[in-house]
Amino acid sequence: MTSKTAASATTVQIRKGAYRDSVALMSVSRTVAGFEGVTAALVAMATELNLELLAQMDAEVPSGTGPNDLVIAVRADDEATRSAALELADTELAAMGRSGTGSTGGDDAAPPRSMRSAVERAAGNGTPPALALVSVPGRYAAAEAFEALETGLDVLIFSDNVPVAHEIALKERAAELGRLVMGPDCGTAVVGGAGLGFANTVRPGPVGIVAASGTGAQQLMCLLDAAGVGVGHCLGVGGRDLSAAVGGRSTLQALQLLDADEATERIVVVSKPPAPEVAAAVRAASAALDTPVHLVLLGTGDDISAAAAEVVTAFGAPAPTWPSWFPAGAVTPRAGALRGLFCGGTLADEAMLVAARALGPIASNIPLRPGEDAWTLPADLRHDGHLVIDFGDDTLTAGRPHPMIDPSVREERLRAELADPATGVVLLDLVLGHGAHPDPAAGVAAAVRDSGGTVPVVVTLCGSSGDPQGLERQATVLTDAGAEVYLSNAAAARRALELLE
Amino acid sequence: MSGESTLLATDPSVVSVGAGLFTDALTAQAVPVTPVEFAPPMGDGALDEALVRVLADPRRAQANATAVERVLAVRPQLVDVRPAGEALGMAPGTFYHAGPPITWERASGPLRGALMGAMVFEGVASTPEEAQQVLASGAVALDSCHHHAAVGPMAGVISPSMWVFELVDEASGRRAFCSLNEGLGKVLRYGAYGSEVIERLRWMSAVLGPLLRDAVRAAGAIDIGAIIAQMLQMGDEGHNRNRSGTLMLLRELLPALITSGAPATDLAEAVRFVGGNDHFFLNLVMPAGKLMMDAGRDVPGSTLVVAMARNGTDFGIQVSGTGDTWFTGPAQTPEGLFLGAYGPDDANPDIGDSAITETCGIGGMAMATAPAIVRFVGGDVAFALATSRSMYEITLAENPAFQLPVLDFRGAPTGIDVARVVRTGILPQINTGMAGKVAGTGQVGAGLVNPPQECFAQALLALAEAAPKLPEG
Repeated sequence: MTSKTAASATTVQIRKGAYRDSVALMSVSRTVAGFEGVTAALVAMATELNLELLAQMDAEVPSGTGPNDLVIAVRADDEATRSAALELADTELAAMGRSGTGSTGGDDAAPPRSMRSAVERAAGNGTPPALALVSVPGRYAAAEAFEALETGLDVLIFSDNVPVAHEIALKERAAELGRLVMGPDCGTAVVGGAGLGFANTVRPGPVGIVAASGTGAQQLMCLLDAAGVGVGHCLGVGGRDLSAAVGGRSTLQALQLLDADEATERIVVVSKPPAPEVAAAVRAASAALDTPVHLVLLGTGDDISAAAAEVVTAFGAPAPTWPSWFPAGAVTPRAGALRGLFCGGTLADEAMLVAARALGPIASNIPLRPGEDAWTLPADLRHDGHLVIDFGDDTLTAGRPHPMIDPSVREERLRAELADPATGVVLLDLVLGHGAHPDPAAGVAAAVRDSGGTVPVVVTLCGSSGDPQGLERQATVLTDAGAEVYLSNAAAARRALELLE
Repeated sequence: MSGESTLLATDPSVVSVGAGLFTDALTAQAVPVTPVEFAPPMGDGALDEALVRVLADPRRAQANATAVERVLAVRPQLVDVRPAGEALGMAPGTFYHAGPPITWERASGPLRGALMGAMVFEGVASTPEEAQQVLASGAVALDSCHHHAAVGPMAGVISPSMWVFELVDEASGRRAFCSLNEGLGKVLRYGAYGSEVIERLRWMSAVLGPLLRDAVRAAGAIDIGAIIAQMLQMGDEGHNRNRSGTLMLLRELLPALITSGAPATDLAEAVRFVGGNDHFFLNLVMPAGKLMMDAGRDVPGSTLVVAMARNGTDFGIQVSGTGDTWFTGPAQTPEGLFLGAYGPDDANPDIGDSAITETCGIGGMAMATAPAIVRFVGGDVAFALATSRSMYEITLAENPAFQLPVLDFRGAPTGIDVARVVRTGILPQINTGMAGKVAGTGQVGAGLVNPPQECFAQALLALAEAAPKLPEG
């Protein structure tokens, strides 16, 4: 199916039912867009969001094209370039199918199509698995997770947009089978030294973490690492685990697992604001354990940096000073509104909790007070006053990669905020580690530089010195562009308030 | 599989499904990781919720274990050969056919041809034309073989005067029946109804049936399961290749045939007929499969497919957890090779109860074990190996009795699971013969075919309806 018009046209091809992973398709898009003479290219599944992008490219997509269809759209001035670019897309797509799915069993067997056969394959290779990592689109995640549980694995569900009914059903089955479900929407975990999902490289050590919050756990681990305290395991449980509906099922189970682990000396539970009755159950369960437990339940007056300091001093070390990095010149305060642009939901929550005490209502797509207009951003995310956007929220990630992987949407908004005369200060987070973008500072630094430095920019840099992106290197790129950089998100939020006149 | 989590106690090894970058991130940390190649479930989103509801059904795992255990416990024995009227209690003027129930109006050419031929054979009509008029008037009682513990290949027509094999599973007392195979070419089951077809049927009832009856009764029960196990190690897959099975059956029967005292010319003709028809044993594999799969029926919550059958118009499946309901879709036209000058335009859509062989884990499911036929059905050896391997993705068990040497003696992929078919989008592979679409033509080729997705989609929705609702969010 090809639609073609005259010069500078967009050619569109549809591959029905040719499912590919959205993250892998990004790299194909990028390669094709970089082909000489191509002015725009998109190789993507035809989700609603991507169909909008295609419309912006003047690409005509046949009706009936849906999320299980692959769209290849190439815009270029001449036909020859378009067809060469389409060929390149085909080559890249074919190469995708081969990577990471080569023969593993010493025979020509096809790649496993199910959890069960992957487990058999792994066991045959002498590495019987204990854990399944599920990162398929949310509506498909439960089917994969059920099979993993029944095959005898614990499961980490990275996928977001998983219906809560699926989550409850999975966690009930897991309890019957004596298995643990981490997630859904579990952004990070460390198990036996292996980082899963978005994972910072932190030193091993005596702390065990139960996290109903991905970036909250990453912040905690990075702060502890900076203070010389290591983490043995970090069990993510999913952002909804402490909601009334899910009832803390995985949190309570994870507490038991860590309590039984000889090497874990202290446990930290970190969560977004929990349901009060579930918080009470977690407190009661924690009190009954042999291992001391620190609870960091946001919204109950806790902040993650304070809790990290409490853990550090509990091991007998002096109270830590969290690292920060400054530009050469002084940053001048300015009048206007706080504009928070976050990848991490928990970091956004924490920043709002800090800022709301000084500023009053902050409009957000993840409002601190759901249902109250003053605290709620409209669907177009436009607002004249103080606002904080979580670009990692389910509603903004359906059909596209997480902003920690693909920062382009947030970068675009960053440029808009820096150009807005009403902006007083921009507060944002950058999250490093395995799975995250290889150089997230570059795009932010470019936007800050291009803005001319009139609007102060404060960055929470959530990373460790062992992360592949390099903590110091990323911090330097940001300060060179004129931004202030903090390891502690709470400290960054407080600094942003100081910079508002 | 239950028990305490060993998550924190063991070195991590991970199975990953979804984003490749997490697989790469684990590899970068030197963590062993095995990726699953993911494709969205069947149904373009329409089945996602039903799939989760079926997978969440607390009865499912145990129900499937129970159903499969019953299937694998069956020991099919050939115990008798009798006229269908007596064995199945068929009244004169009754006809059974392959596949889900169908009316004359919707019946395809080969089924119509076979019914017309059977009417003439039974003496209910004197000519095929007269038979056609009577059939079209609706005066003839038609029903599915499957509803009567019976199966028939291709058109699968069984009439009271035809003789049938009678198989029994001693432990359960369950029985299954199948007609005697007529050979290849112009035969009733492919829709041919000429005089040579009718004459052959008369000889089979008058001579072959009684000879086989006497031999089986004299020899004692013949273990059909054991012959199937052996044929699978001798290059037969039990659907489109049954050569060694046929010869092994003859080996069992010959002493009793020879000592039966029947005229030597009759014996010679019977032995020549059986030995010259490579498909003779298909009609014993099929009732063995029927016995096995009937044992797996009616387990509430089970997603096991217990029948796949085609009437030439519809492809239908039945599932353990949903009773006798047929879930149907349009029968597909096989792809493969054609005899003589016949081509794709001459072929009728898929027909016959013989997909019971795939239902019980052999035939196309076990194609890897029959490299000699892959060209006949239009494939190659690599395809056969890949096909059988992929069938393990959609089945509940491996049959330790039916081993496939080329797969290192792995048990045949047995017990198609509706949930796995929907989740992976992998359809069962069926090897099949092709009938001419015009009544009276006979066989035109052989090839490969899959069930239509609709069967599995409808079955899944019915299973979901029967499963408990998901917990409220």
